[in-house]
Amino acid sequence: MNGALSGARTLLYKEVLRFWKVSFQTVAAPVLTAVLYLLIFGHVLEDHVKVFDSIGYTSFLIPGLVMMSVLQNAFANSSSSLIQSKITGNLVFLLVAPLSHWAWFVAYVGASMVRGLVVGSGVLLVTLWFAPLHAVEPWWIVIFAFLGAGMLGSLGLIAGLWAEKFDQMAGFQNFIIMPMTFLSGVFYSVHSLPSFWQTVSHLNPFFYMIDGFRYGFTGHADGSLAVGVTIMVAANLALALLARSLFSAGYRLKP
Amino acid sequence: MPAISFQSVAKTFSGARGDVHALTDVSFDIQAGEFFGLLGPNGAGKTTLISILAGLSRATRGRVTVMGHDVVTDYAAARRSLGIVPQELVFDPFFSVREALRIQSGYFGVHHNDAWIDELLAHLGLADKADANMRQLSGGMKRRVLVAQALVHRPPVIVLDEPTAGVDVELRQTLWQFVARLNKEGHTVLLTTHYLEEAEALCGRIAMLKQGRVVALDRTSALLAGRASTMLRFKMDTPLPASLAAQSRVTGRIVQIKAHDAREVEAILATLREAGGQPEDLEIGRADLEDVFLEIMQGEPERAPA
Repeated sequence: MNGALSGARTLLYKEVLRFWKVSFQTVAAPVLTAVLYLLIFGHVLEDHVKVFDSIGYTSFLIPGLVMMSVLQNAFANSSSSLIQSKITGNLVFLLVAPLSHWAWFVAYVGASMVRGLVVGSGVLLVTLWFAPLHAVEPWWIVIFAFLGAGMLGSLGLIAGLWAEKFDQMAGFQNFIIMPMTFLSGVFYSVHSLPSFWQTVSHLNPFFYMIDGFRYGFTGHADGSLAVGVTIMVAANLALALLARSLFSAGYRLKP
Repeated sequence: MPAISFQSVAKTFSGARGDVHALTDVSFDIQAGEFFGLLGPNGAGKTTLISILAGLSRATRGRVTVMGHDVVTDYAAARRSLGIVPQELVFDPFFSVREALRIQSGYFGVHHNDAWIDELLAHLGLADKADANMRQLSGGMKRRVLVAQALVHRPPVIVLDEPTAGVDVELRQTLWQFVARLNKEGHTVLLTTHYLEEAEALCGRIAMLKQGRVVALDRTSALLAGRASTMLRFKMDTPLPASLAAQSRVTGRIVQIKAHDAREVEAILATLREAGGQPEDLEIGRADLEDVFLEIMQGEPERAPA
């Protein structure tokens, strides 16, 4: 087999094995978190919030929670793996290996997508007990899940390259990733917002991920699917190019 | 074709307090099959040079090749030819010893490598630790795994960056026997160490770095022959007279002073007598590498051009 390809495959395997070995923390815990959100918000708001005429609040909330879990865990995987390897110094094992920049990118982002999609599937399986859910447009579900996981995996990779300390990483997560996920319409339809905040929401790429993914289950979208796909493909490409140029420059990896 | 070639390598770190010249115009070749020592005090630039060789750092100027492959433009081939044992005791806490070795092997595109992995484990005394998690290993055992990881893809060139720092006698012996065997089988070995007796015993040729420059480069035997030839060693409890203190090396009670011939020995003893010193266990011996090292390092530093 081609050496470079098999190097990338090994790194992908190692990154998946890494989170799988601590799956209680990396898979079970986020599934539990999502279920708690569902129990609390679903129970409290089911009879008070009407988002679309035809479906209940719980059925609206579940796809949002699933996608939020996909996004947060895709980000967490590449970012925490990289920062840990940087701080403990074991990144040297990768730096001395003949891995291309694309091998790094494909392996880190690929493993992030695996974790995001595994956690998302777990959340979906567990929450199916709570409300009826049908895949109305299964391809949109798949497309948005992959594009969203890829985008957050890439963002996690870039954050992992950038951060030199754990608190910088926590800052990135708490001040950028968390607000953008919570303000993306996971818990509400952006149509219920004042028009100014509707406009702001339409500038948040996370809104399109949640909205497009939810459309696959409900058949209702708050925004345009075409715009959503375009923005996400563009964002994925831009982040891949940014990651590549950071690797090429040896950014914070090669003094 | 040399196994390793450093060609006018310079490295400058830019910092808030100005530029630091870690390496200034370092050039030398290591031929295939050599056991080569790179010596120098802390901060001389040894690890910086090795980091550039390994692709962990980038040279500001100059070029480095491994088996003819440029470490920047042809990095994949260069790294496949190179096995690096890093100085820091690093490990990945998620994996067992065998997993870590299989993964490292896979990065180099070498799969189904268990026969060689088992051989490495046996030679390094790790056979019974193969399935232990890296976290459970003692420092010495982790060091052995680092050696195994560096060799897992069978590189022709092996670099050991201070591999015996803080390592017990038994592991040092195991390690040197193994590395000497690899060298006999044709591997090129580049070693940095602070244990000069190790370098003297193992290395056929030595380069000494000081303040980022090569200040000595020769066969080990030539370095020993060409420099301080004899040393006067004795033990003494009273302080040395000032005239002798400047040119001697003192370790606790043990004093060593360079003395080229009998006349110099007599002069030293006379100075001691005048000062009322009582030297014990007097002996005259050949200089070892440590003496040569100190003589070179205490010489006037060559000034870097501004």
